[in-house]
Amino acid sequence: MPQILYRKALNDAFAEELERDENVVLIGEEIAEYNGAYKVTEGLHARFGDRRVIDTPISEAAFCGLGIGASMLGIRPVIELMFWSFSYVAFDQLFNNAATVRYMSGGLINVPIVVRGPANGGTNVGATHSHTPENFAAYTPGLKVVCPSNAYDAKGLMKSAIRDNDPVFVMENTLLYGQKWEVPDEEYLIPIGKADIKREGADISLIAHGRCVITCLEAAKVLEEDYEIDAEVLDLRSIRPLDQEAILNSVRKTNRAVLVDENKPFCGTGAQIAAIIQEHAFDDLDAPVKRVSSLDAPQIYSKPLEDEMIPNVQRIVRTVREIL
Amino acid sequence: MSKNSNTTLETDKKSGAKKQSGKKPAKINASLTRDDKIKLYRDMVRIRRFEERSLHSYQQGRIGGFLHLYIGQESIAVATASLMEDNDHLITAYRDHGNALSVGMTMNECMAELYGRFTGCSKGKGGSMHYFAPDKNFWGGHGIVGGQTPLGTGIAFALKYKKLKGCCLCLLGDGAVNQGAYLESLNLAALWNLPVIYVIENNRYSMGTSQKRSSAGAPLARRAESYDMDWEVIDGSSVYEIREKLSPLMERARNDCTPSVVEIQTYRYRGHSVADANAEKYRSKKEIEDYKKNHDPIMLFEKTLIKEGVLTDATIEEIDREAKKEATDAAKFADESPYPPQEEIFTDVYWEIDHRTGKNEGRIFFND
Ligand SMILES: Cc1ncc(C[n+]2csc(CCOP(=O)(O)OP(=O)(O)O)c2C)c(N)n1
Ligand SMILES: [Mg+2]
Repeated sequence: MPQILYRKALNDAFAEELERDENVVLIGEEIAEYNGAYKVTEGLHARFGDRRVIDTPISEAAFCGLGIGASMLGIRPVIELMFWSFSYVAFDQLFNNAATVRYMSGGLINVPIVVRGPANGGTNVGATHSHTPENFAAYTPGLKVVCPSNAYDAKGLMKSAIRDNDPVFVMENTLLYGQKWEVPDEEYLIPIGKADIKREGADISLIAHGRCVITCLEAAKVLEEDYEIDAEVLDLRSIRPLDQEAILNSVRKTNRAVLVDENKPFCGTGAQIAAIIQEHAFDDLDAPVKRVSSLDAPQIYSKPLEDEMIPNVQRIVRTVREIL
Repeated sequence: MSKNSNTTLETDKKSGAKKQSGKKPAKINASLTRDDKIKLYRDMVRIRRFEERSLHSYQQGRIGGFLHLYIGQESIAVATASLMEDNDHLITAYRDHGNALSVGMTMNECMAELYGRFTGCSKGKGGSMHYFAPDKNFWGGHGIVGGQTPLGTGIAFALKYKKLKGCCLCLLGDGAVNQGAYLESLNLAALWNLPVIYVIENNRYSMGTSQKRSSAGAPLARRAESYDMDWEVIDGSSVYEIREKLSPLMERARNDCTPSVVEIQTYRYRGHSVADANAEKYRSKKEIEDYKKNHDPIMLFEKTLIKEGVLTDATIEEIDREAKKEATDAAKFADESPYPPQEEIFTDVYWEIDHRTGKNEGRIFFND
């Protein structure tokens, strides 16, 4: 199977969907002529032209809202945010309009948009460019949130997101864009809401999404080699819908869970998952559910400290060792 | 996609519109039949009676929440709807009852929505500020000031993308012009030549704040000039004038996707919403009375149509009686309608879930 970059897997997903459906359009800052701030849309403007791949001014509220309005009439916009941090200036459009129009119209209108871009820290760019709002989005009924951890998932989930008739927010990761994974040539889709066991294990469940899955896989290796601990790594892939069954099945097998995500801890995604586990698998637990999140302060600039701020292998190993 | 500057073109004081030298304005009103005129008049009366009846229901405690009445502004809803062709669309803010009735939504479904009933236009899930009728090209009903302006721009984008000959009328208030989303939208519409007309319903107040206290620079529509867009100020007390001035702008949007901004001068007689205890504090009684006496759009159109021999005292009375009865019947209909069943809380949240497509897996609601 060919190895391709995460960004290329996304690029292929867009190309295939642009080809398949005339109503799909890409909208965002620097995505067309500049080929994308992170080169995710490279070559698509040259191939599909002005009408399908559209550069916007720096007006997140307007172009996100424009995408929502257009989608009400059947266009399927895929809207790029250069960073998810910038969604905050489009908050009303994304969290008020996209999420509620269907409900408030009694089901007369639907909003088939994808809003996508990177949402991660660890890049040494300070607090304003390091937000991870998957918890905000997952908190909001009417929205779906997908966080692919690798190129294969990114492509399959993105294609499903584009075909989904509800607003789907896809949160990518700049640190993954340049990494390679095996991706088949044949077309495939990954259903939204289906978690994936990335590593089978018997002793403890590491439950994560996005790049934290990769960090968990590294931690699992250390746990095995240094401590003979056999960790299972469950990749949630989406936060809403959430594969609750997969979470509970894993916990019932290993009887221990460490939840790893890049959200800040207070009201982060891990808080919700911990609540679900204690409610539905309390009797299966041999230890308290532990969490590894970003440290609870605005994202720090200084690189060595930021590396400590976001979940890393050492913190995961340390946390696992506290309960095993 | 950039536009040529129109700085070389003459503009007059009340208008930034390009002068159409030699060409007479479209005789959009001359072509109205007697029945068309009666419909325009009747629809204004229907809106007023609907609003009065809903106020009554509110005072009786049958309706709660916010209720933003359209009384005084009826000419705008009726004139805009009367100009809409098959591919024209309309979107507005929360003061939406008049637009809803004008595009053909029934008093029953609108009143039932106010009552929170299952027979309401949004099954009781949207309320007063959130009416929708996509089958009538009416896209709401939006509660966040200015929040609908990017949506209206997107509707225009979709029309152009689909190569449909239509336009979007995107209504907003005089207070909403100070929202960033609106100004961002103007830029996008002008930059990309989108067939949208932003219609500012200038009723002189945003809640208790007069235009003078909230907006630098007048007329408000003139802000369009920064984007090389044409603009116009229209006297909203005349249905004919709104139609005459708006029609060519819509025609142009349909034909060559040119956006524009119009500001329609109007007035609301009631408070900002029914709960507005200060409705007569931030403005004088005299000012309100002056509008009612001298600028009321229904009264003025009535006079015009009497002069034209279209209306008589008898027909006026009959139209009024019918409108009142329709509103009373709607209140009765709403009152007798059921509330939505409990299960409705979880429908219409997600299309894929409602349609059981099986495309999504996992858990979507988190109630226990
Ligand atoms: C973002 C936002 N801020 C404040 C409000 C509260 N609010 C509702 S209507 C309104 C006044 C708006 O006035 P205008 O745009 O002139 O419209 P009008 O009510 O006169 O029709 C305010 C402040 C709101 N709904 N949304
Ligand atoms: Mg106002």
